[in-house]
Formats: sequence, structure tokens, C-alpha cells
Amino acid sequence: MAHDFEWIRPEPHGIHVVPADCWIDPSEPVTRALVTHGHADHARGGHGRTVATPETLAIMKLRYATSDGAAPVGYGETIRLPGGVDATFVPAGHVLGSAQILLEHAGERVIVTGDYKRCPDPTCPPFEVTPCDVFITEATFGLPVFCHPPIETEIGKLLDRLTAHPERCVLVGAYALGKAQRVIAELRRAGHDRPIYLHGALERMCRLYEDWGVDLGELRLVSDAKKEDMRGQIVVCPPSALNDRWSRRLPDPITAMASGWMRVRQRARQRNVELPLVISDHADWGELTRTVEEVNPHETWITHGREEALLRWHQLHQRRARALALVGYEDEDD
Amino acid sequence: MEEFAALIDALVYTRSRNEKLQLIADYLQATPDPDRGWALAALTGELDFPAVKASTIRNLMHERVDPVLWTLSRDFVGDTAETASLLWPAGESPPDPPSVSEAVEALTAMTRRSVLAELPALLDRLDASGRFALLKLATGAMRIGISARLAKIAFAQAFDVGVEEVEEYWHGLAPPYRALFAWAAEGAPPPDTGSLPLFRPFMLAHPLDDTIVDLEDYVAEWKWDGIRVQLVRVGGEQGETRLYSRSGDDISGTFPEFLDALPMDAVLDGELLVRGVHQGGEKGGAASFNALQQRLGRKTVSKAMLTEFPAFIRLYDVMILEDDDLRDLPWTQRRARLEALMARLPEDRFDLSPVVDAEHFDHLAEIRAGARDDAIEGLMLKRKDSPYIAGRKTGLWYKWKRDPLLVDCVLMYAQRGSGKRSSFYSDYTFGCWDGDPDAGADLLPVGKAYFGFTDEELRKIDRYVRNHTVNRFGPVRETDRSLVFEVAFDSVHASKRHKSGLAMRFPRIHRIRWDKPAHEADRIDALRALVRD
Repeated sequence: MAHDFEWIRPEPHGIHVVPADCWIDPSEPVTRALVTHGHADHARGGHGRTVATPETLAIMKLRYATSDGAAPVGYGETIRLPGGVDATFVPAGHVLGSAQILLEHAGERVIVTGDYKRCPDPTCPPFEVTPCDVFITEATFGLPVFCHPPIETEIGKLLDRLTAHPERCVLVGAYALGKAQRVIAELRRAGHDRPIYLHGALERMCRLYEDWGVDLGELRLVSDAKKEDMRGQIVVCPPSALNDRWSRRLPDPITAMASGWMRVRQRARQRNVELPLVISDHADWGELTRTVEEVNPHETWITHGREEALLRWHQLHQRRARALALVGYEDEDD
Repeated sequence: MEEFAALIDALVYTRSRNEKLQLIADYLQATPDPDRGWALAALTGELDFPAVKASTIRNLMHERVDPVLWTLSRDFVGDTAETASLLWPAGESPPDPPSVSEAVEALTAMTRRSVLAELPALLDRLDASGRFALLKLATGAMRIGISARLAKIAFAQAFDVGVEEVEEYWHGLAPPYRALFAWAAEGAPPPDTGSLPLFRPFMLAHPLDDTIVDLEDYVAEWKWDGIRVQLVRVGGEQGETRLYSRSGDDISGTFPEFLDALPMDAVLDGELLVRGVHQGGEKGGAASFNALQQRLGRKTVSKAMLTEFPAFIRLYDVMILEDDDLRDLPWTQRRARLEALMARLPEDRFDLSPVVDAEHFDHLAEIRAGARDDAIEGLMLKRKDSPYIAGRKTGLWYKWKRDPLLVDCVLMYAQRGSGKRSSFYSDYTFGCWDGDPDAGADLLPVGKAYFGFTDEELRKIDRYVRNHTVNRFGPVRETDRSLVFEVAFDSVHASKRHKSGLAMRFPRIHRIRWDKPAHEADRIDALRALVRD
């Protein structure tokens, strides 16, 4: 067979690039890791050497308080790994610093997407379609029911609700890395120029985004604010704080959640969400299938998510695909 | 339809009962007839369009979406109508939503033959929320956490009328309830229901829990393990008799033996049971619930069924007798009227639920602990001066159920739930060992349960199932048989449903034994010893 791809092996704890003896997004400490982006399930601490974009390394330093073994690689830059493997970091459009990793060896090209999306995001450069033989993709929202509406519609819903209840506040649950900053940046883009109040757990990541040039406008901490000041304002917190006692300090909050799962009513109900906002940093079904068509790989490997449906789509379109069944990637909070 | 769809969405996302009531009340006030009547019928589950079933929606979708992708989507979303509303291909033209009455008329006119062409035409005129609302309305299963009772309370609140009056008139009227709205909203005279055999809301009991009552003030009665029914006759000799279940469903057709059983006009409250041999009770008494189950849910009843499982009503109370509404009288007086009435009722169809004599509360606890009759579910405690009041009023009636039986079982299969639990593995099939597990015995399924645990525990079990899966069959996962549940149940019976030959009644997860090794779970023999058929 012409394409064997023996040199790249999906193992339960990550993707092993055999000749270079390095791992992509490993879930256990290894000697050499290539990391696609800063979310905790992809970027774990404790590796000997960590190759990633400077933004991702900055996020990891913030999280793990160490930058030992950090090896920055900018977008579009290629580095030579041992064993004759070249690695290039290509924008993935997921969060600040997120990259697809293009691996080239013996004339074969493999892309590991990490997580990605195709719609525009003011906090990171857009996904670039790059030709390859094997396309290793995520499938977090790999079901045809998932169709993320334009973000303007969802931001509009949020602002409408705020206007309708000037005596209350809208509490938006948003993943601490990426989603929170994107929601804030989009609110600014929609002309919302009032202060936005933050749960303490979001502060450092927002500051980091600002250091990397993302303008988030005036941010204040809930812990420094009086209840009265937050009436008619937007408060952003991590999803775990939505139904926490923490929110008792807020003026009669309307509970919102920014997540691709909000497309399904019962998912919103499980979270006790009153205002579901379908905002995701992952590709929806249409984006996933369009991306495969555009990249047009020889075969697709699926790392995590709803892989059965995406496999079925490949079968229906006479495309080669397999599911890798990697462990440890979580998607519940997107 | 947009306003109705917005109402449904708002109800889905609203947690507080008061806000839900307010949303429905606002809608009923703001919407004209007959739309609001149809909407109310949809919320109370009173609409039925024979041409539109869940299978109709599935067939429609199979013409438009790959069946495998449909099934995967349906399993994830947990609701057929919602999945279809999300997957329906977007039309070329902008939405042109029909009114609720227009939709209802169109749905009523559909036949099994025409539905596959006509329902798509309606769906094409709606956006995703509208499609969801339409499909929910069309299939008659809203499942959005609104009970019929809540909708009626909202109606009463919207027009400032009494909810008990609404309940009474309700059963005599059909959607879109014009007479009901005319009465409540426009001050017209109340709907004339005097000649109809109407359902009256039941008086219900609170669990006793740790309460101790004084038997000076309360009387004890057995709580029988059948189904609570209300038998109503109006209109004299030529009148009509109806049998209602606890929820107010008319089940007269399932139990035709009562159609001529009442020699006078009356409204009686009792427990429907079937006769049979049972342990510890008197001959000709009540059989276990398992026997009654043979009779439930049947649309037609064979002669053999009537002979083999003859039904009777064990009477608890009399609400109306001839022209007297007795509901305001204290229990003692109603009881006296009921006891006097027994002589006029046919013995094969009625008996009297006896009062349990106990000197004091501890004595009663002993009696409860010693009750051997399989048709007894526990005790009822009723305040002697309590009037018959619809609903569950604190301090008047208590139920004191028998302690459940317990057995340790091993989780074998888990299935994703529906509704609020869609995407969670929340339905569990568990088994017991058919011998010594260390000597190679196997697990045999003995039951299925999907409640008894908290939301927090559900998340933990869900994670456990995902990490201990050995096999997947669609929405079902087979686990590695390592987790032990302490399962509580009311009784166990011989059954062909499970390979073990046993079936539990009311099984629920009592405790999750994270600590207990699977081989220490109970054996089938232990469970079989509890069978009392």
C-alpha cells in the first residue's frame, strides 16, 4: 500500500510521532510534546520539552506556573524534529494560540487539528485549509443537529434580555479560556461599552488576552463591586459557578450559558440555563464536513467527540475514515 | 404559532413554578379564542391526532436524512420532535407561520395517507422553534415539565377563578373550551355540567416520614396496592357511569363490570383490585398488584379476563350520594354514610376498606410491621374531622408505606435517558448472580431502574458507565459489571420479562455501593425467596 502512515500512531494517551519520539497533546507526561492549544485536556504540565505557539506557551505558563522546556514556534514556522519529521504550526481558529500541526515525513503529510472552528473570531487568526494525506480531526459537535447560528444573533439575544430587565443582571457562563474572552470581544464589537463584571477565576486569562493585543474594554471584578452596581450589567463566570452559591451576591441574575450544547434544549435544562446562547469554539456539523471536503485528505482520523456520525458521513460520501478512541479529551464545557 | 412556540421555549427554560404559571397566564390572557383553547389543550395533553405519531415523524425524517444519522441524533437529543425540528432542511422562502387553530385544523384533517405530504408543508412554514412546538402539539406529548394540573392553575390565575371549579368543569368540556373561557374571561354563566358524570379531583396524602400522630385525632386504614379510582354515576336509572383513574383518565372501557354496578347516583372513592388467592389474607380477597396488571391498559376485555381476574372496588370514601354533596362533612360522618351504604351495593363489586384498630401509635407501628397481606402497601392515617378536600393539604391525610425490600445487584447495562436526562446514562439494568460468582456463576438481569439517585450521583454513575463500557448497542452500553447498587423494591414476582424469571415492582436505586465488590452482590436465590405470588 502506498500510504501506510506507520510513523504516526494513535495511542490511548495521545498521538505518537514514532521517528521523532514525540507526542501530540499527550494526556500523560512525556519527554517531548507538541501541543495544539492551551485547554487543559490538550495542554498538560510535566513534559520534558513542550513545543507550541508562544501564545499557547504563555497560557500554559499561567496555568502551571512554569515554562521549563518551552520551545515556541510561530504560526507558519516549520521545525525539524529528530527522525526526519518536520512540524509546522497552522492557525486553527479555536482560541488564542490554537494551531493545527502539520507533520511531514517521507513524503507524507499528516495534520492534527486539535480543536478548531471555521467562523470568524476576533481573538485569534482564522483556520487555514492545508492539503494533507491524513487529516486527524476532532468531532465534538459531530452530529447533524449541531448548527451554530451566527454569533451576532446570539449576542443580540443577550443584549435584548439585558435591556428587558434593567433591574437584573445577566450572568453568562463561559469557558475560562477562549469562550469568555470571545464573548466579551463580540459584545464590544456589537457596541456594548459598559463595564463587564468578571468572576475572579477569569481575571488572569482576560489580562493575558489583553497582553496579546485583544481589546476587551473595561473589566471589573465582581468581588470589588456592590450588588447595586451590577443591575443591568453583564457578568461573566466559568460554567461551574453558574449555579454556585457565589452567584448569590449578584442582583437577581438571569442565567445564560454560551456553549454549542445549548442547541439542544435538554442540555440547557440540565444546566438550569434560562437563556441559552449557542456560541461554540468548535466546528459544527456543517463546518466539520465542509472542512473535510476542502482539505480533501486521503483519509480522516477522528480523535474525540461524536465520531460515529462523522464516520457514517464519510461512509455515505465514499471517504476513508477511522475513529481513534483517544481518552481524556473532554468537551462538556464548550 | 410564533407566540405559542415562544411560550413553549420560555416554559422549557424557566425553572420557577411561579414564573411558569405567569407565562401561561399571560399567554391565555393575550391570545384570542380559539387559539388559546387549543394551546391549553396541548399543554394539558388533551389533543390527539391519530395520523401523527412519533413513527410518522421518523418516517418523514428517513426520507430526508440518512437513517443512521437520524438515529444517532435522536439518541443524543433524547426527543423525537426536537431532533426533527433541528434536522428539518431549511426552506427557500421565509417562514409564514400558521395560527394555532389553522395548524390544529390541518392536523385534524390529515389521514395516515395524506400526512406524509401535508405535515411537511406545515413544517416548511415554520422556523426551528415553531417546528418544535408544532411537532410537540401534533404528537400530543409535550414533555416540557408542565402538568395538566399546572396549566389549570395557570388558567385559574389568569382569570381569577377557583382552580377546583376549573377542574370540575374541565371534564365536561372539549377543546378549545369556549364555554370555559366565556365563563372565566367574560363572566358568562358557568358551563352546564350537572348532567355529566364528571371527575372530581381526589384528596391525596402526604408521606408520614417522621411525624407521629395522636390516634385520638386520626384513624388508620390500610393502603391497598391497587389503583386509586373514582366511580361516578349521574342521571338516575338511565344515567351514565364512569370510572376514573387517579389522574382523571376515563378507564370505564377497561373495566366494563362497573358500568351497571351502581344502583344509585353517587361519586365514590376507592381502590380498584382484582380477586385472587394471596398470602395471609382471607379467601376471595385481593390479589397482588401483579394480577391487577393483567387487566390494566386494555382497550377490549375478553370474557376469560373478566372471569379469571374479576375486578372490585374497595371503598375508602363517599364524596357525593344521590343529591347530597358530602365533601364538606368530617371524615367520621362520611364514613358513617359509607358504612350504611354498603348494604345497598352488590357484594361482588364492592367491599369496604376496614379501619385498623390500634390503641396507640406504637401499637399501630407493630401492626404495620406485621402486615403480611401482599395487597397491602402500607397504612393511611386520616384526621377524623377532615373534610374531603381536593389535592394534598398538610396535616389531614398521611400515607405510611411499608418498608421496602432491599437487594444488592450489579449494574449490567446502562441506557441514555430521555428529556432532562438525554445524553446521560440514567436507565440501569442490573442483575444478581445465578450461583457462586467465584465458581463461574453468571449475572442474570432482574430489573431496571431509573430513579432513586441525586443529580450529582447521576453524573458520577454516567462517568462510571462511560469509563467502564465493554460493549455498545446504539443508546445502550454494557458495563464491565463492577458497580453494585442496593436496589429497593416493593415486591417481586415471577415474570417472563427477564431471563432470571423474576420481576420487581417499583425498583429504585436505594444506595450506590461504590465500596462493594461485585462478587459480593446477592444471588438470584435470595431474591426468589421473596416471591409471594
